[in-house]
Amino acid sequence: MDSIYGDFFRRLARNKLAMVGLSVVVILCLVAIFADRLAPYSPTMIDTSKILVEPSWEHPMGTDILGRDVLSRIIHGAGVSLSVGFVAVGISTLIGVVLGAVAGYYSGMVDRVIMRFVDIMLCFPTFFLILAVIAFLQPSIWNIMIVIGVTSWMNVTRLVRAEFLSLRERDFVLAAISQGASDLRVIFAHILPNAMAPVLVAATLGVAAAVLVESSLSFLGLGVQPPNPSWGNMLTEGKDNIEIAWWLSLFPGLAIFITVMGYNLLGEGIRDILDPRLRQ
Amino acid sequence: MKAKVFLLAAILIFGISGCNKGEEGPAQARTDGTPVAQEDLKPAYGDMIIRGSIGDASVLLPILASDSGSFDITALIYNGLVRYDRDLRLIGELADRWEISDDKLTIRFFLRKDVKWQDGHPFTAKDVEYTYKAYVDPKTPTAYATDFLKVKEFRVLDPYTVEVTYNEVYAPALGSWGQGMLPSHLLEGKEITDSPLKREPVGTGPYRFREWKTQERIVLDSYHDYFEHRPYIDRVMTRIIPDPATMFLELKAGRIDQMGLSPLQYQRQTDSSWFRDNFRKYKYLAFGYAYLGYNLKDWKFQDKKVRQALTTAINRESIVEGVLLGLGQVAYTPYKPDTFWYNDNVKKFPYDPAKAKEMLAEAGWKDTDGDGILDKDGKPFEFTILTNQGNQLRERSATIVQRDLRKVGIRVKIRTVEWAAFLKNFINKRNFEACLLGWSIGIDPSQIDIWNSKKIGPSELNFVTYQNPEVDKLLDQGAAVYDPEKRKVFYDKFQEIIAEDQPYTFLYVSYALPIISARFHGIDPAPIGIGYNFIDWFVPKQLQKYHIEP
Amino acid sequence: MGPYILKRIFLMIPVLLGITILSFGVMKLAPGDPTSILTDLNPNMNKEAVERIRAHYGLDQPSYVQYFKWLKNMLVLDFGRSFASDNRPVIDKIVERIPITLLINVLSMILILIVAIPLGVMSAVKQNSLFDKGTTVFVFIGFAIPTFWLALLLMILFGVKLDWLPISGFRSLDYPSLSFFEKIFDVSKHLILPIFVSAFGGLAGMSRYMRSNMLEVIRQDYITTARAKGLDERTVIFKHALRNALLPVITLLGLSVPGLIGGSVIFETIFAIPGMGQLFYQAVMMRDYPTVMGILVIGAVLTLLGNLLADVMYSWADPRIRVSG
Repeated sequence: MDSIYGDFFRRLARNKLAMVGLSVVVILCLVAIFADRLAPYSPTMIDTSKILVEPSWEHPMGTDILGRDVLSRIIHGAGVSLSVGFVAVGISTLIGVVLGAVAGYYSGMVDRVIMRFVDIMLCFPTFFLILAVIAFLQPSIWNIMIVIGVTSWMNVTRLVRAEFLSLRERDFVLAAISQGASDLRVIFAHILPNAMAPVLVAATLGVAAAVLVESSLSFLGLGVQPPNPSWGNMLTEGKDNIEIAWWLSLFPGLAIFITVMGYNLLGEGIRDILDPRLRQ
Repeated sequence: MKAKVFLLAAILIFGISGCNKGEEGPAQARTDGTPVAQEDLKPAYGDMIIRGSIGDASVLLPILASDSGSFDITALIYNGLVRYDRDLRLIGELADRWEISDDKLTIRFFLRKDVKWQDGHPFTAKDVEYTYKAYVDPKTPTAYATDFLKVKEFRVLDPYTVEVTYNEVYAPALGSWGQGMLPSHLLEGKEITDSPLKREPVGTGPYRFREWKTQERIVLDSYHDYFEHRPYIDRVMTRIIPDPATMFLELKAGRIDQMGLSPLQYQRQTDSSWFRDNFRKYKYLAFGYAYLGYNLKDWKFQDKKVRQALTTAINRESIVEGVLLGLGQVAYTPYKPDTFWYNDNVKKFPYDPAKAKEMLAEAGWKDTDGDGILDKDGKPFEFTILTNQGNQLRERSATIVQRDLRKVGIRVKIRTVEWAAFLKNFINKRNFEACLLGWSIGIDPSQIDIWNSKKIGPSELNFVTYQNPEVDKLLDQGAAVYDPEKRKVFYDKFQEIIAEDQPYTFLYVSYALPIISARFHGIDPAPIGIGYNFIDWFVPKQLQKYHIEP
Repeated sequence: MGPYILKRIFLMIPVLLGITILSFGVMKLAPGDPTSILTDLNPNMNKEAVERIRAHYGLDQPSYVQYFKWLKNMLVLDFGRSFASDNRPVIDKIVERIPITLLINVLSMILILIVAIPLGVMSAVKQNSLFDKGTTVFVFIGFAIPTFWLALLLMILFGVKLDWLPISGFRSLDYPSLSFFEKIFDVSKHLILPIFVSAFGGLAGMSRYMRSNMLEVIRQDYITTARAKGLDERTVIFKHALRNALLPVITLLGLSVPGLIGGSVIFETIFAIPGMGQLFYQAVMMRDYPTVMGILVIGAVLTLLGNLLADVMYSWADPRIRVSG
């Protein structure tokens, strides 16, 4: 947009942590894209003679309750989990930032209306909203992302609004306004970069939360349908067999953990880059 | 408990009943493990049994209850006029004996005179009359009115004799009097839905209510004046533990004594010597089967040949092997394989993918465009199997069916739907192609509600719309005869026709797999299961674990 | 401040009304109705019986009539009776579950605050140190690890192998016969695992917010000024920085007020705790409208009060914010 965002990528490249995060996310994306070539077996190949086989050279992450290869299922599940996290959080962050910024900046009537709407939305447990959506939508991966996204933006809105309420009284903002900067410019160039910290933290946590919500959706019958794998439904499957088949829940759990860490490092790196006081 | 055809899935709101009292289930039970000490195992009063249950009870009046969590409790508190004995024969319970008139339309029950309600009030014909009236009262929200509505006249002849007359000969009538009798002196003239008895029941049965902490536990104490004899076990506690993995840990920690195992727990987690020393496992066929039902209104499934081919293409042995880990049997008819009514001499369509392909080709399904999927009239053979969310065994079965059908060139999608939506949007509206569900099997062989051509209305049970006039006639004839040998002729023929028509692909009958602490003795597996002689279970004095203060 | 609070409370009424209408609408839109669970696919049910049950619950009337009936009762705080076959008053069902849910949530919230605030502050002060990185990994393990997994592992270890702690439930079988202090000890023993598990999962959120707020604050000019004035680091951090960094935490705390009576189904199921999460889940699955509505209304009131509390505390803690709205 202008000089503030201008050298973003150069700075990103210089930030070690962010690069680690970025590479994790990129590698996961590649895994998801080339899942068919990377997976040693078909993720849906059933072999009832190999139910719950321990990890071995043949099956590095063991087999599941129907004798399917866990590694292959994790590789194929990456696409679902990554995109659920990314798209859902993208949607919720976008809605949250815009509404929060508008409410916090303009305050008054606009603020009141938006915040009452947030109040109403917050009163519904996510799971209840999702159930209502089941009534209208066919279960598909895109619908899952949208559902998670549109039911989880309220916290971001509140956080952004709180930041804006506080920041708009600061000297540098008042100065910009008195110099005749447009509202858009004040919001995006002056306040938002300073308000991004909690948003990025919320977003990185949101990615993991979205991945976990996906698993509970599978549970409700709106999630990824069998036999297709997602890390969420693999975890759920592993639960009852945790004592005899640790690999069923450990590996999807690890996969989720790595993804969460990757997004988190990237998010914190971006925050450091955006922080105006670190730019000198 | 009233045993009738009842959709197993209805229980699934609460998960599969973890607490299987085992009162349903046939012989061939096998005991694992060795008793602790063979000498001096005299029956003794005392101790407590703690049963694990996945779901809480909802209401402890049998007339209002419709979930297994409630029935597991009410079965110990109430008695019926009759009950099924260990060999699935009807015997008297609150009725000493009964007489059936020559025209088979009237049953006269002679009641026991030595029965007292748990509050000391004597049990008489008034209670039977009240119970009957409560069931047929249009204001009572009960699910069990149907059998009683067939009664033309109910008469109290004297305080210990009642007589019921039916419009037509109806063989399941006698068994229907196994419903729990209600205490008229506590309920008469009051709104049954507001009665405190819903949470603090009073019955005539071997156990009396002590305490109910919602979603936590229900405690019953033995009723010392029970008319059969005082039960040996002093207290029955049902602990509600909704998660089966947690429940299993509680079992290992010795904090529950009885639960139902999953096939995996049975096969792989309970084989150590520690388990053999401390527990006994039982295994018997459950009264229920799983099936793949085809919507016969759908053009793809209207041809009998296609349905037979689908069954031939499905490797049911591999479902039993892969999903039940061998703990079950392939089902071929809607009856339980080890019972009197079962007809083994029916068409079975054993697994043979090559033959299935041939059969499909004969029916016009061929892969003409070379995409690996069969087609007919330009339309590919693909359909969606619906099943209810939360039942992992069914989901896994569907996955195997999907694989098998793919091998013969049929593309199957699986969709799991939450139960309430499943009923409303799909089953009741007939808006499905195929569904994978289960029925429980009643002790009485009448299955009119599921197969009769007329039972196809919304929310009726013949939702696959199976219509065969010959079956209608056979089922009517079967219900109108009392003599079992004569009845069986009709039901044998019925099974042959169903097997030929294949409106369902019958998948499997699974085993019930209860495990019980080894300190309990007197458990005697029978065709009906293990729970029928619960009052005779005991813990020898030296093995008793809990000291019960009355 | 007084009139402001009154005004806010007054403004809650239309919001609450909106929430009840929306909830009722959503529930009616969700497929299925309470009688179908009881009656559908039940061979003993004929059409008359189904109608009988529908009429008993008033489901034969149009939706708006049902809503106004419910609203009228609600005005005199009558929550109605559950549609589940137990038919109990909704308020009884809710009240018997609130104490345990509240106890667990409050205790784990306190535990989270006690651990997360110092963790967050220390990581921020020692940004990019080994401590900071270790903390990051630690809290994210807590966040990413599925509740049931951690719970089952701890149960196996402490409940079965070591036999130190009870596995599930929140009181022993002999609870009624215990003395007062024994009862407290008994419940505490049962709650160690559940509270640890739920707090571990919640650490990440709170400590990360704390860390990033702190990072923001210590870069502000007035902190630099304070340092320049020669105040010692401890005073700077704890007196000047912490107060400002706690602001967003207040928002977060306000947000979690309704969460205090809500519960997670998965968590409660694993630990066999009869809490609100299970009640709500089962009520929704059974289409038990009165119970669902009752819980939503109570939740809504608490949410609104929590928000108000957060806003009031916020303007108290940060006088620069004008009280608006």
